[in-house]
Amino acid sequence: MIGLTHYLVVAAVLFVLGLLTVVSRRNTIAILMGVELMLNAGSLNFVAFNRFAPGFPSAFDGQIFSLFIIVLAAAEAAVALAIIFAFYKINRTVDADAANSLMH
Amino acid sequence: MEHGTTATVAQTAGYLLFIPLLPLIGALLLGANAYFGNRLPKILVSLVGCGTILLSLCLAINVFVDLQGLPESERVLEDSLYTWIKAGDDVQLTDGTLVKGGTFSVDVGFLADPLSSVMMLVVCGVGFLIHVYSTGYMAHDPGYSRFFCYLNLFTFAMLLLVMGNNIFVLFVGWEGVGFCSYALISFWYKEMPNAWAGMKAFVVNRIGDFGFIIGFMLLFWSLGSQGVWTMNFRELAANAHLLAGMQWGGINVVTLIALFMFVGASGKSAQIPLYVWLPDAMAGPTPVSALIHAATMVTAGVYMIGRMNFLYSMSPFALSVVATVGVCTALFAATIGLAQNDIKKVLAYSTVSQLGYMFLAMGVGAFSAGIFHLMTHAFFKGLLFLGAGSVIHAMSNEQDMRKMGGLWKMIPWTYGTFLVATIAICGIWPFAGFFSKDEILWKAWESGHHLHWLLGFIAAGLTAFYMVRLMSLTFWGKNRSTEEQKQHLHESPWNMIAPLVILAVLAFGGGWLGVPEALGGNNRFHHWLAPVMGGHGEAHVTALPADDTDGHHDAAAAENAHNAEAEAHPAPAPHAEEVQAGGHGSHTVERMFALASVALALFAAVFGYWIHVRRRDIAEKAASFLGGIPHRLLLNKYYVDEIYNSAVVQNLLRTTRLMSNFDKYIVDGIVNGMAVLTRATATINGFIDKLFVDGAVNLVGNAIIAGGNRIRRLQTGQIQQYLYVLGAGVTIIVIVGLFIL
Amino acid sequence: MSSPADLLFYLFAAITIASAAVVALGRNILHSVFFLLVAFTGVAGLFVLLHADFLAAVQVIVYVGGILVLILFAVMMTRKVRTPEVSNEAVGLWRGLLLGATALVLLVRLILNSSWFGGRPVAGVPGPELTTVDGLGQSLLGGYLFPFEVASVVLLAALVAAAVLVRKEARGLDESAD
Repeated sequence: MIGLTHYLVVAAVLFVLGLLTVVSRRNTIAILMGVELMLNAGSLNFVAFNRFAPGFPSAFDGQIFSLFIIVLAAAEAAVALAIIFAFYKINRTVDADAANSLMH
Repeated sequence: MEHGTTATVAQTAGYLLFIPLLPLIGALLLGANAYFGNRLPKILVSLVGCGTILLSLCLAINVFVDLQGLPESERVLEDSLYTWIKAGDDVQLTDGTLVKGGTFSVDVGFLADPLSSVMMLVVCGVGFLIHVYSTGYMAHDPGYSRFFCYLNLFTFAMLLLVMGNNIFVLFVGWEGVGFCSYALISFWYKEMPNAWAGMKAFVVNRIGDFGFIIGFMLLFWSLGSQGVWTMNFRELAANAHLLAGMQWGGINVVTLIALFMFVGASGKSAQIPLYVWLPDAMAGPTPVSALIHAATMVTAGVYMIGRMNFLYSMSPFALSVVATVGVCTALFAATIGLAQNDIKKVLAYSTVSQLGYMFLAMGVGAFSAGIFHLMTHAFFKGLLFLGAGSVIHAMSNEQDMRKMGGLWKMIPWTYGTFLVATIAICGIWPFAGFFSKDEILWKAWESGHHLHWLLGFIAAGLTAFYMVRLMSLTFWGKNRSTEEQKQHLHESPWNMIAPLVILAVLAFGGGWLGVPEALGGNNRFHHWLAPVMGGHGEAHVTALPADDTDGHHDAAAAENAHNAEAEAHPAPAPHAEEVQAGGHGSHTVERMFALASVALALFAAVFGYWIHVRRRDIAEKAASFLGGIPHRLLLNKYYVDEIYNSAVVQNLLRTTRLMSNFDKYIVDGIVNGMAVLTRATATINGFIDKLFVDGAVNLVGNAIIAGGNRIRRLQTGQIQQYLYVLGAGVTIIVIVGLFIL
Repeated sequence: MSSPADLLFYLFAAITIASAAVVALGRNILHSVFFLLVAFTGVAGLFVLLHADFLAAVQVIVYVGGILVLILFAVMMTRKVRTPEVSNEAVGLWRGLLLGATALVLLVRLILNSSWFGGRPVAGVPGPELTTVDGLGQSLLGGYLFPFEVASVVLLAALVAAAVLVRKEARGLDESAD
């Protein structure tokens, strides 16, 4: 019988893979993809909690939260990609290494 | 709340909300107007700016009337807007209903009791007059709408401060007025000194605020540890007795709380050692100095201590600190005021000095006397500043008194009102300052603080002296202004004169609200504040009787307080028996003290007039007395700014630079040096022992170089790496939390 | 023995995790993008198994249809099309793996050691006739109306922000930086 923990473990693996992508990729677009993976992991957690919570067949709060996560992810992707474009225009690259002006 | 005593039931009054709300709406409108390029006509801006305050004033008067209609012990109105913070476990009430998350809740709620009604009237009343005055003073300023936006925002924040029914709302207002003060001091931000002055005010205030935060958090936790989680003033007052006897590190918790809160008060109300920002704050427009840095904001600390009087009454030590700091500030600032040449600077130091009096009142337990002085001070100091603004306006922005003189003929209205305010601040009967200042000094003596009384008495003489010096240099004597200034010399328009006249009436008559019994009055102000301040508005410096903490102050409680007061200072006062005997004898003494104050003030005033108008050579000689050192010392404000700068600010900057250099030279240097050193060793060794250890040495050298490069990359400026370190840090914390702790 | 639904779970979980692994470790960024698509679809499948039919549809439409296309565009526009090596190199992969492994161990440990919902039995399995659209709609226009409106404002703000960020004037910045 598949239970809550199964889904949570899948979400945890997904989250860790997203984290790995975010910290190890050089390409900013790849980093953005990692962020999307992490968001999806959170979303999956919410839906799983919603499914296995006591009030399930009638309460949908977890799913609502997931819905909001998707909305915000869309907004975030749009803004992040716009930033990446602006960054690309200035630096002619999308490598995160180039974004080191904090050092100076 | 198993141990908690619930406060008396308060009536609700829904309209309380609108008192702070109206100025906020005005601020938003004017802010939008300023942001979108001042589209509205100026007259509309003035109408919105002043009108909202006027409406608030009407509501505040309504509150006052409503309160007066209630019996004395029930004079509390509350208006809770919504629950702001709710935390804690569910509570099962006695009637069986379950309150979810109910142990601790903070409302955005407003409270109108006698104390806050007085403050509301002062803020709205003086605020309205200053708004009207500003329509004249700022008429030609391009930032007209922005100015009124800030002014309205300030009024909103100040009303929040005085009306909040819990510490959090008070604190929001507290920070709000701090911000508005910053914005208004730096109003003409294009000139660097103004921007610096604003920053100084903000930073110094932050230091005080930090103490304040620690204070109320400490109060919150220590009351919470007794089972009462609340921030509401009335509940705090009802449960403060639970704190008695609590110790923290060998010190009474109450004392700690009171002292930390006093740090906040001394920052906001410009007391030693945090007063340095107030004189610099004169960089702002003069109406701002009048409203914020004389009449309202700087008195927030006094109000806060008045509000927390139940706490301070429990800690004689904290009270004595407050009194001592207050009276020292009063004397110290008064001496600086003697030598300043900038008209606004004199008034600024005078404000610091007068605030010192209010704290002296708080410190000797005469809370209502302090609030009384706060009110009269708002009248006459507001008037003085507005008058100074009128003078500056007439003199084409000249602030140096040495270039004025003989102005009384040219600007008679300003002169007349200014004269009234000067007499009031000097404390000459029957003007407002006499009643309030004298009550404080009398209370200081009566409660056995004889040294405090003496210092305050001297400061009163100095006050009269420097105020008459100001009058002499500005209005009397010969005119020393340039021809060009003389040509432009003109009386201000009616919208600046009218507030002056009204304030002059208040500065004259405001004191009659609190005529002490010794002078044939019945001190109505005192009785008005009695429900908030306990007993007769005085601290029972002895431990609070347990049954006297529920907010009811009937005749028995008042008598109780009276006895406690008599017990508190039995020996030092020679007339203690007279106090107990019923007070007739002490009235004689009080009258004598009043007479002495007036005599001193008159003497100082006449003396000041004589040496500054008749015999200017004496004043000049006095300036060069002892090689001019005392005069220079005063003129440069005892070099306190310079001392702070070299002792605190420079050291702070030096430490910062040291840290940065440490990082740059030592840390980087060690890393680089290690690599270089090892490489050099490796090279030499390579020559000597190429065959055997070449590989190993190179390995070590390279490893250290690589290590050095790695360590240097700690600061790469790459967000990704920072993110990695962040993630690693979180992981480590979780590991520590889960497996080690 | 496992029921068909359980098998489906393992199938979707495997698809999701495997393609997410390719996203994280793949050498070619185009591969990463396409496997991200597969991973999102896998999550959508898991949503279906969790009785979140509407959410699965939204996931497919918004993520697969919207965000991914956007990312694909971004990849294409920031690379010269002719260069075949659309590389996606990793920096500090090993320390990333170390962090990931540690975090994973911690998370799984936490998940397995917690008693979710007080260990109460799972609610009964509803039949296939259960649809969530009705309930979601009621909630969105009922108790969650305010967040819903706020989310719409956020979307609008994001739209404007994106337009502002890539507008032509940014070129001025470009020239001054060169």
